[in-house]
Amino acid sequence: MISIQTDDFDPAAEYQALRNSGSDTGAVATFTGLVRASGDQTGVTGLFLEHYPGMTEGVIQQLMDQASERWDIRAARVIHRVGSLALQEQIVFVGVASAHRGDAFAACEFIMDALKTTAPFWKKEITEQGAQWVEQKTSDLERSQGWDQN
Amino acid sequence: MTEPEAKPLTVRFFARLREELGVEELTLPTEADLTAGRILEQLASRGGAWTQLKGSQPVMIAVNQTMAKESTAVGAGDEVAFFPPVTGG
Repeated sequence: MISIQTDDFDPAAEYQALRNSGSDTGAVATFTGLVRASGDQTGVTGLFLEHYPGMTEGVIQQLMDQASERWDIRAARVIHRVGSLALQEQIVFVGVASAHRGDAFAACEFIMDALKTTAPFWKKEITEQGAQWVEQKTSDLERSQGWDQN
Repeated sequence: MTEPEAKPLTVRFFARLREELGVEELTLPTEADLTAGRILEQLASRGGAWTQLKGSQPVMIAVNQTMAKESTAVGAGDEVAFFPPVTGG
C-alpha cells in the first residue's frame, strides 16, 4: 500500500499492520527517514517537499512490484509526506513483512534506495538564510544502481 | 473533409524549474514528428530563464507519467513533464 500525504504517520501502527500480515510472516523490517539539520546546507530548520501526483504513486508501485519478484514479501508499506516539514519530523516510512529477515532487510533497503533516485519528489531546504532546492547525490545514485548488479 | 482539430499537448514543470520559469503548466500545439527534445529546444529558444532547459544542468523528462528521453515521440493529448533530478526520501 502506498500513501502520499501531508499528515504525519505512526510507525508503531504501521509495524503492527505488517506484523499481522499472516501466520508465515517471520520478519518485519522498517525504515523511517527524518528531517535533519545538516543537508546540502547547515542550520536547516525545515523542508518543503513537492511531488508529481500520479506519477509518484506509479513509480513506487513499480518498485514494490519489482521487490515482490525478487524477494519473498508478505506485505509492504510506503508512506511519503509532502508539503512543509519541520526539523526532526518524519518524512518517509518503508516497511516490509517477509518470512525471513534477509528478504525483509533487502526489500526494504531496495525500495528506499530506488525511491530516492526514481520517485518524483523534490526537497527544498529551509534555513535562516533562505530556501534552496536539494541537489541529487552521486552516492544515492550509486546505492540505487548497486541493486541492478546483485 | 476537414481535419479533426488536434488536441494540444500539456507541458508540466516541477520544483526548481517550476519556480524559475514561473510556470506550472502550459499547452502547446502539436506538429508532425514532435519529440520531447524538440519541445525542450522550442521552449529554450524563448530566452531568459527558459535557456536552462538546454543548459548545463540535467533536465529529466516524463511522458504520460513515465520516464522518457529527448527522442521520445509526443503528440496530441500527451502530458510531457520536465523536472530536475529527483531528491525524495
